[in-house]
Amino acid sequence: MDAPLRIVIAKPGLDGHDRGAKVVARILRDSGHEVIYTGLRRTPEQIVRICTDEDAQVLGLSSLSGAHGYLFPRVCELLRESGLTDIIVFGGGIIPEDDRDEMYSSGIRAIFGPGSTSEQMKDFLNEIIRRSTEGKSDGVGSDSDWRWGCR
Amino acid sequence: MGSAQTQIGAGDAGDRMSTLESLCSQAAAGERLALAKLLTAVERGEDLAELIPVREHSVDAWKVLGVTGAPGVGKSCLVDRLVKAWVDAGGKVAILAIDPSSPVSGGALLGDRMRMSSVDEGQDVYLRSIATRNLPGGLPARIDRMLDALVFAGFSHIIVETVGAGQSEVRIIAVADRILLVEGPARGDVIQAEKAGVMELADLIAVNKSDLEGAEKAAEEIRMSMQLSEVDDGAPVILCSAHTGDGISELVEALDNLPNARGAASARARERLLAAWTESLLLHPGWGDALKSVELGEITVREVIRDLLGHED
Repeated sequence: MDAPLRIVIAKPGLDGHDRGAKVVARILRDSGHEVIYTGLRRTPEQIVRICTDEDAQVLGLSSLSGAHGYLFPRVCELLRESGLTDIIVFGGGIIPEDDRDEMYSSGIRAIFGPGSTSEQMKDFLNEIIRRSTEGKSDGVGSDSDWRWGCR
Repeated sequence: MGSAQTQIGAGDAGDRMSTLESLCSQAAAGERLALAKLLTAVERGEDLAELIPVREHSVDAWKVLGVTGAPGVGKSCLVDRLVKAWVDAGGKVAILAIDPSSPVSGGALLGDRMRMSSVDEGQDVYLRSIATRNLPGGLPARIDRMLDALVFAGFSHIIVETVGAGQSEVRIIAVADRILLVEGPARGDVIQAEKAGVMELADLIAVNKSDLEGAEKAAEEIRMSMQLSEVDDGAPVILCSAHTGDGISELVEALDNLPNARGAASARARERLLAAWTESLLLHPGWGDALKSVELGEITVREVIRDLLGHED
């Protein structure tokens, strides 16, 4: 097998709900990847630092507090400013349908809400690995408009 | 930061070398992203022998501290306290935090970082989470070279936090200059302190969770066991609490003033050889096929050893 992906799972902002993030971390672990969990209540700056230090290829942001509208785009913006343009960002938690286009256009490549399955997440990762071997860049700093087709 | 983004792997050998070279110089200049990418390159097995010197294994002044102990004794929280103390004193601290890889999926959940709030701020601290990738002894094959890279990048204190280890995991002495063994209250009866293993190699023993009942008794039992040592005076035992902060300044002072390493030179040499031997086996081109064949029952373990290592028994 190739080297596993290094994936950071982060909880930005004042949000104490991390059951979902922990379940996702476990799913990704069981798919053969190396998952770094940040713990609760991290600032966007701390999350970017963790992605830098850990040389992560993928970042998953979880929010159930309703503050995703500020936090997700802010993290994406700071990632670009710090030169982490190749990292692929996905989101999860309670992200209303009406908010999703804005999330995607800020650089998020997939959103996994309630009812998402582990198979969908594995498909997403397999798809980004496949696309990257084809030389396509879906990093947060790329101009790719690709998004994973999930609800 | 732009050049640190360059992906390693593409291009010819010359390009690779110049990319690695620029990562080295940027890492030495304090660029975090370059350092992170350099460590990834080392972890993937890139040969940096020409760029990064092999550090000296010192028995007097130490640079690399191994922190080991059973799961749940509070290694990460204690390391968090040490990091803060050393950074406040003007040190530059790096931590390699090791967690186990799944023997089934190969994946890993690396959770040490969430217990160390001091590592997420400031330029003088760097933490990297590492999965064992299923190497026996709990230490990744490349960790020794990663430590060389961190010394090269100018860190004054480097902490290797092992996976929650039992009594006989002593591979850590292959890479660390000094060993801090962390113990906790509920450690079992007095005979546990008499058993052979990592306790004989520890340079300092911290009994954590002094705020809980039983910690003092545990520390006393370990002290008594140490006094029976016929080789030396035994490792000092310090009672502390990462939770309340009690005893932390004493612990830091003791670590700063550790005498020469206790661990027997023979044990150190043996673990270094075993680590190198394991690494060469795992990097053998026939390893993957051999593993599969053993799994399918097509070949015996004895035959694999003979084929891969050229041994006749």
